[in-house]
Amino acid sequence: MRHPRGAAKLNPLHYELSHLESLEAESVYIFREVAAELEHPVLLFSGGKDSIVLLRLAEKAFRPARFPFPIMHVDTGHNFPEVIEFRDRLIERLGERLIVASVQDSIDKGRVVEERGPRASRNRLQTTTLLDAIAEHGFDAAFGGARRDEERARAKERMFSFRDDFGQWDPKRQRPELWSLYNGRIRRGEHVRVFPISNWTELDVWQYIVAERLAVPSIYLAHPRRVFQRDGMLYAHSPYVELIEGEVPFEASVRYRTVGDMTCTGAVRSGAATLEQVVSEIASTRITERGETRADDRVTEAAMEDRKREGYF
Amino acid sequence: MPGPASNGHAIPRARTSELLRFATAGSVDDGKSTLIGRLLHDSKAIFDDQLEQVAQTSERRGDGYLNLALLTDGLRAEREQGITIDVAYRYFQTRRRKFIIADTPGHEQYTRNMVTGASTADLSVVLVDARKGVSEQTRRHAYIASLLRIPHLVVCVNKMDLVGYDEAAFDAIVEELTDWTARLDIPDITFIPISALRGDNVVDRSESMAWYGGAPLLYHLEHVVIAPDRNLAEIRFPVQWVIRPIGDEYHDYRAYAGQVAGGVLRPGSEVLVLPSGLRTRIAALESFAEEIDTAFPTMSVTVRLADELDISRGDMLVEPDDPPCAARELDAMICWMSDQPLAPGRRYAIKHTTRTARAIVDELEHRVDVNALGHEPADRLALNEIGRVRLRCSAPLMVDRYRRNRTTGSFILIDEASNDTVGAGMVVGAR
Ligand SMILES: Nc1nc2c(ncn2[C@@H]2O[C@H](COP(=O)(O)OP(=O)(O)O)[C@@H](O)[C@H]2O)c(=O)[nH]1
Repeated sequence: MRHPRGAAKLNPLHYELSHLESLEAESVYIFREVAAELEHPVLLFSGGKDSIVLLRLAEKAFRPARFPFPIMHVDTGHNFPEVIEFRDRLIERLGERLIVASVQDSIDKGRVVEERGPRASRNRLQTTTLLDAIAEHGFDAAFGGARRDEERARAKERMFSFRDDFGQWDPKRQRPELWSLYNGRIRRGEHVRVFPISNWTELDVWQYIVAERLAVPSIYLAHPRRVFQRDGMLYAHSPYVELIEGEVPFEASVRYRTVGDMTCTGAVRSGAATLEQVVSEIASTRITERGETRADDRVTEAAMEDRKREGYF
Repeated sequence: MPGPASNGHAIPRARTSELLRFATAGSVDDGKSTLIGRLLHDSKAIFDDQLEQVAQTSERRGDGYLNLALLTDGLRAEREQGITIDVAYRYFQTRRRKFIIADTPGHEQYTRNMVTGASTADLSVVLVDARKGVSEQTRRHAYIASLLRIPHLVVCVNKMDLVGYDEAAFDAIVEELTDWTARLDIPDITFIPISALRGDNVVDRSESMAWYGGAPLLYHLEHVVIAPDRNLAEIRFPVQWVIRPIGDEYHDYRAYAGQVAGGVLRPGSEVLVLPSGLRTRIAALESFAEEIDTAFPTMSVTVRLADELDISRGDMLVEPDDPPCAARELDAMICWMSDQPLAPGRRYAIKHTTRTARAIVDELEHRVDVNALGHEPADRLALNEIGRVRLRCSAPLMVDRYRRNRTTGSFILIDEASNDTVGAGMVVGAR
C-alpha cells in the first residue's frame, strides 16, 4: 500500500464521502477561496434553485459569521411575484444585505430599450443592468449558479471565468485550473464570474435541496395556473405577455423547472406537490431543463455561447 | 452484471454513493468522443432534445448514422472544425456512482489540457486504436497519468470490430504497453477490448469477444476502489479563511476554515502549526456551526483550537510526528503551459495550497523526452514541455513530496505581468 501507516490503523472505506458531500466540500472551498483572494465579491441571486443552493453553501462556508459579500438580484420586473416574496423572506432569515439592480431603471435611464410585441422579453436587457451594477459597486468577483451540465458551451467553462471590461468571455483564453489551485488574479476593470456549483447536475441540486430541507419558491411545486400554449411550451398568462391570435389561456396543473422571467420561462404539466415527487419526476424526465423551459436558448444551437460571449451569466 | 438504469435516470442514493472523477485521453480519431457519447447515451444521461439535436446535425453533415461523438462537441469553433480543443467536463451517474469526466483532447500540443484534466482525476481512460497499436500519443498519455499520479489507468483498445474482434491483436497491444509502463510508476493498469461505435464491452459485455474474461468499462468504473488512494495517515489542514463573527455571543470565537488535505482530524488531536512551530490541540471540529467528530479528505470544515494563537490564511495545521517540510527550496517536475518559455532566472508567483509567494527558477535540471522516457539538457521549457527545475521561494512553503500527497505536493506558477497560470508543478524534493 502507498500509505502503510494509515492503512494499518484505519479502514479507508470508513472515510468515504457521498457524492453530494464531495460536491459540497468543493463548492464551500471555492467560496472561501474567492472571499480570501478577491476584494469585492458579490453573490448573484435569481431566486431559482441553483442560487438557493449557493446561499446554503455560503452559509456552510462562513457561519457563524456573516457573509463577506452582499447578495445581488438583477430584477427584470417580470419576475414571478412568488419568487420576489420568497427572496425577501430568505434574505430576512439570513440577515444579509440585498442589492436589487433593476432592469426597469436601466430602461428609464435610457441604457437599454424595451423590446416590443408579443415575443418581447427583458432577458437580453439584463446583461447591461448586471454589468452596470458590477461597475457601479466596483465588484471584482460575482458568484453565479451556472452548472456545466446545463448546456454544451458551459461544459468548457472554468470555475473561475474571466471577463474583460466589456464583460465578455473568451473561451480560447481561459486559465488552466489545476488541482484545487485557483488563480483569481485580475487587472483593474476586469472581473471574474465564479461558479461554485459547476460540477453539480440538476439532479444533484434537487437531491441537495431535499437533503438539506431547503425552502424553494412555491412555483417549483405543482399548482393550478392560467397558461397558454406557444411553440409547444406552456407559458404563464400574465400582464407582461401579449397573446398572439389563436392563443387561448386555460387552467392547468403545472410546476416550473427553472425560474426566469414570466415572459420566457415555460412550465411543465405536473402533479408533483412535494419536493420528493419533483425529484422523482426530474430523475425520469427525458428532456433537458433548458430545452423544456427556456425559450431564450431555443433560437439557435449556439445561442448560449453567443450570449455568454456578450457577458450574460 | 453491471447495472445502469433500464429506463430514465438511475438515482444514486444521495448519502452513500461516491464520486469518481476520471480523465479521458486518446489521439484524434481513436474514438474518444464516440466512447464518451456511448457512455452517456447508454447510461441514459442524454436527454431526448439533445439526442434530437445530434440527429439533426448528423444528418446535415451526412454522417449516415447517429454520430454520438457530436454529443460532446461543445463550442462552435470545434463543431465547425470537427475537433475538440479544450478540456470539457461531462456528468453521468448510475445507481452505484456519480461520474465526472474531464474530457481532454489528445493532440500533442494540448499536453497542457491533459495535465489539467489529470490533476483532479482518480482514474484515467486512455484509448488505443486496435489497428494502429501503441502510438507516441499513447505513451505520452500513460506518462502523464503516472507523472500526475493518477492511481488507476484503464487502457481501452478500441475499434476491435475493425480487427475482427481478434484476441491476438488485443494481446499484442497489452504486451507492448505493459513492457513500456513497467518503467513508469502506475499502481493499477487494466486493459479492456472495446468497440465504442458498436458498444462492445462499454456498458454491456461483448458477445463477440467471449475470450475476454474481464468486466466491461462501465462496470470497472463503478467498482474500482478509490478510497485507499487518499492520504489518511498525516494530518494536513491548510488554513483557508479565519471565521471571526461579530456580536457578544461570539466574543471569543475564532475558527479556522479549510479543506482537509490529509489525515483524520478529531477533537483532541494534537497538531503542529506551521510555519510558527507551535503545538496545540483541536478543541472542536465544526461544519456549518454544528460540531462533528471527525474530518478527513476532502471535507471542508472549521477547526477550533485549544489555545489562542496567531494563525492566518496560508498557515497549516499538521501531524506533529510527521510534518511536511517548511521549504524555501523546491525540486519539482513542471509542465509548462505558456507561450513564454520558462528559463533559469525568471521569477513567478507560486501558489501552493492557500499560500502564495514568489519563486525564482534557480536551475532547469533537464527536460523529459516523453517517448524515450529519457532526460535531455535544456535551457528553457516551451509550451507543453515537461522538465525538472529547482526553485527558490520568498517564503517557506509547507510541502510534501507529490507522491505522498497530491494536494500538499502540488503548486502552480503565475506570470505576474499577464496574471496567467503558466506552470503546473509537482514537488519531488524540498529543503
Ligand atoms: N468501426 C469503428 N469505428 C469507430 C469506433 N469508435 C470510433 N469510431 C469511428 O472513428 C472516427 C473517430 O471517432 P471520434 O469518436 O470522433 O474520435 P476522437 O477524435 O477520438 O474523438 C469516427 O468516424 C467514429 O465513428 C469503433 O469502435 N469502431
